[in-house]
Amino acid sequence: MSLHPLYDDNYLPPDHSDVVIVGGGVLGLSVAYWLKKMEKQRGALRVLVVERDLTYSQASSALSLGGIHQQFSLPENIHLSLFSASFLRNINEHLAVVDAPPLDLQFNPLGYLWLASEKDAAAMENNVKVQRWVPGTASQLLCGQRYLVTPVPGMEDEGWFDPWCLLQGLRRKVQSMGVLFCQGEVTGFVSSSDRMLTKNQKEVKLKRICEVHVKMDNSQEYQPVECAVVINAAGAWSAQIAALAGIGKGPPDTLQGTKLPVEPRKRYVYVWHCPQGPGLESPLVADTSGTYFRREGLGSNYLGGRSPTEEEEPDPENLEVDHDFFQDKVWPQLAQRVPAFETLKVQNAWAGYYDYNTFDQNGVVGPHPLVVNMFFATGFSGHGLQQAPGVGRAVAEMILEGRFQTINLDSFLFSRFYLGDKIQEDNII
Amino acid sequence: MSLQLHLQPVPFSRTLNWSLRLVAPIWNRSTRGIHQLSGAVDPESSQKKRRTMLQYLSDYFYDVESLRRYFLQNEMDKVHQKNHSFAHLEETHGPNNAGAFFILKQGGAVKFRDKEWIRPDKYGHFSQEFWNFSEVPVEAVDASDCAINYEGLENLHLLKELQSLSLQRCPHMDDWCLSRLHPLADSLQELSLAGCPRISERGLACLHHLQNLRRLDISNLPSVSNPGLTQILVEEMLPNCKVVGVNLAEGLKLGPEEQPQDTDRPVPA
Repeated sequence: MSLHPLYDDNYLPPDHSDVVIVGGGVLGLSVAYWLKKMEKQRGALRVLVVERDLTYSQASSALSLGGIHQQFSLPENIHLSLFSASFLRNINEHLAVVDAPPLDLQFNPLGYLWLASEKDAAAMENNVKVQRWVPGTASQLLCGQRYLVTPVPGMEDEGWFDPWCLLQGLRRKVQSMGVLFCQGEVTGFVSSSDRMLTKNQKEVKLKRICEVHVKMDNSQEYQPVECAVVINAAGAWSAQIAALAGIGKGPPDTLQGTKLPVEPRKRYVYVWHCPQGPGLESPLVADTSGTYFRREGLGSNYLGGRSPTEEEEPDPENLEVDHDFFQDKVWPQLAQRVPAFETLKVQNAWAGYYDYNTFDQNGVVGPHPLVVNMFFATGFSGHGLQQAPGVGRAVAEMILEGRFQTINLDSFLFSRFYLGDKIQEDNII
Repeated sequence: MSLQLHLQPVPFSRTLNWSLRLVAPIWNRSTRGIHQLSGAVDPESSQKKRRTMLQYLSDYFYDVESLRRYFLQNEMDKVHQKNHSFAHLEETHGPNNAGAFFILKQGGAVKFRDKEWIRPDKYGHFSQEFWNFSEVPVEAVDASDCAINYEGLENLHLLKELQSLSLQRCPHMDDWCLSRLHPLADSLQELSLAGCPRISERGLACLHHLQNLRRLDISNLPSVSNPGLTQILVEEMLPNCKVVGVNLAEGLKLGPEEQPQDTDRPVPA
C-alpha cells in the first residue's frame, strides 16, 4: 500500500475506505462489528474507525456505570435492550477470537428497582403493560404501602457489567476481522451535491460526502480518506461532526436548517463506603427523585449519583467533579431512602458525558434525509451502552440491506426533528 | 589431492528418513510447508509443538485460521444443540416427563417421587419406563458434569415441584444462569453448585429469590474472589439456609499457643 518505503506512514489512515466510522466508542465499534459480520463476502467491506483519543480518557463508554435494563416505556427500547442482553450473555461466542482468552464481563444479574411515588404510579403501570407485550421481559409490579414500588428486579437479563471489558472485547474482535483503526480527528468533509425536484416541484439539494479529512494528533497534517458511507458515532461531540457536514446550515424551520440536537451533558458518579448498607442482594435502586445507587463488590462499597434538573445542569466544559452537588443534592435523598446511608463516607468520584438528545432523550439512528450517506448512531442520553449491540446491528442492516430488518427503528430517524414527532421515554436516569 | 567420500549404498527409503530427521528441527523453526511435520519431530515434545505449530501456521495461512475458527464454532454449536428447547414434548407427555427427558439426554440423573433414581449408563442409554408415569412430579435432579447452559435451564422450569438440584462441575453454568433459577423458588430446597468454574459472587447474590432453600453448597468455586467473605454474606442473605462449602479457618494464621507440636524435633533442654 505504501509507495514510499523510506517513510513510515503506518499512523496515517488509508486513502480509500468504504465506510468511515467517526468515533471509536462502544457504538462505533458495534457498528463496525456488525458490518463485518453481515458482509456477504469475506473482505468485501473496508471499514475504518477514526477515534480522537485511543486511550478513551473522556469517552462515555468507559466512564459509564454499565447498567442494562429492559424497563422502558417504548417497545423499540425494550427490544434493543433485550437483544443487547442476549448478545452480552453469549459474548464469548460473538466476540470469540482464536487463541485469545475469554472475556469476563463481570455481569451482576441483580436487576433494577424503580421506585415511583403515587403520582407517577399510573405511568409505571402503563410501562409494565407495554413490557408484558414484549416476550422475554420478566418484570414484576409490587405495591408497597405509601409508595408504589414498581417493576422490580426484572428477574432476568437486567443488572450491570463492566463496560471497559465490552469495549476491549469489541476492539479485539473487530481488529481480528480486519477493521482499520486510526487515531485522529475529523476536521472536514468534502461533499458533492445534486439538485433534485420533489413531488411538488420544489427544488431540494442532496449532498453526498466523498472525502473525510482526518487530522493527525499534534500536527497540522491531515489525510483525505475517500469514502462511500460515513457513520456519526461521536457521542457527546456528534453535533460538531454533523455541523461539519453542513447539517443545520440553512434557514430555521426548514429541513436544511434542522441541527442535530445532541449536546454533551456532564454527569457525576460517586463512590462511597457504608458498612451497614444494603446487603449483597440489593439491586440497582432508582429513587423517585432521580437518585440511584448500586452495590459494588463484597466490601460494602456503593456507586451512585443523580441526574440534575435543568437548572442545576453543570457546565460541560471539563470533567471536574463537584463534591458540593453530592453534599446538597444526592446525600439527603440517599439518607431519606436508606437510613443506613447517613453514615457513609465518600471514597472517590468521577464525571462523564451523556450524549444528551435535547429533543426527546432517545437515540438518533439511520441516514440523514439530505446528506444521504451520513448515518447516525448517537444521542442515546445515558442508555447508549446498553443498546449498543442492537443499534449496531440496525445501522449495519440499514447500510447493507437498505431497511431495518430485525428491530424497526423508523421512529428513531433524523426526520423526526424536523417533523416534530417526539418519542418520549420516561424511564431515564 | 581430492577428498573422496565413501558412501555405503543405502536403500532409498532409509535415505529419505535420514534426511528428514536431520532437516526436521530446522524446518520447525521457519516452516513454510503445509504438511504436518509432527511425525518427524521428537515424540515427547510433539504434543506441545503440534499446538504451537497450528497457531504458528494460522498466523501465516488464512485457511488454517479459518479452519481453527470453524472448529471453535463447531464446539459452541454442539453445546447449543444439546440445550435446545424440549417444550414441544410438554403437550404430549406432560411437563415432568419432558423436563426429565432433557436431563437424561444431557447425561444427568432424575428421581421421580417415590421411585428410584434413573441414571443413563456410560453409553448414554437409560430406562424408558418414565414415559408411562403420568403426573408424577420430579423431586430431584442430578445434573453434575452436564453441558447445561442458559437456554437449557428453560427446560428445567417445566419441573414445577423440584426439591433438590445438583449442578456440580457444570462447565457452562455462569452468573446469567443463576438468575434464571427463580421460577423454582417455591419448591427448591437443596442446591449444589460445587466446582462450577464460571460462577462468581455476583451470581450467588441473586440466589436470594430462593426463599425455601435449606441447603446450599458453594464449595470449590474458583471464580469467587473471596470465598470466606462470600459465604458470610450469603448466610446473611438466606437466613434459613445452611450454607456449606468453605472452611472458614482456611487461610487464617494460627496463634502462638496453637502451634502444632513437632514431636520429631528433640525437645530443647
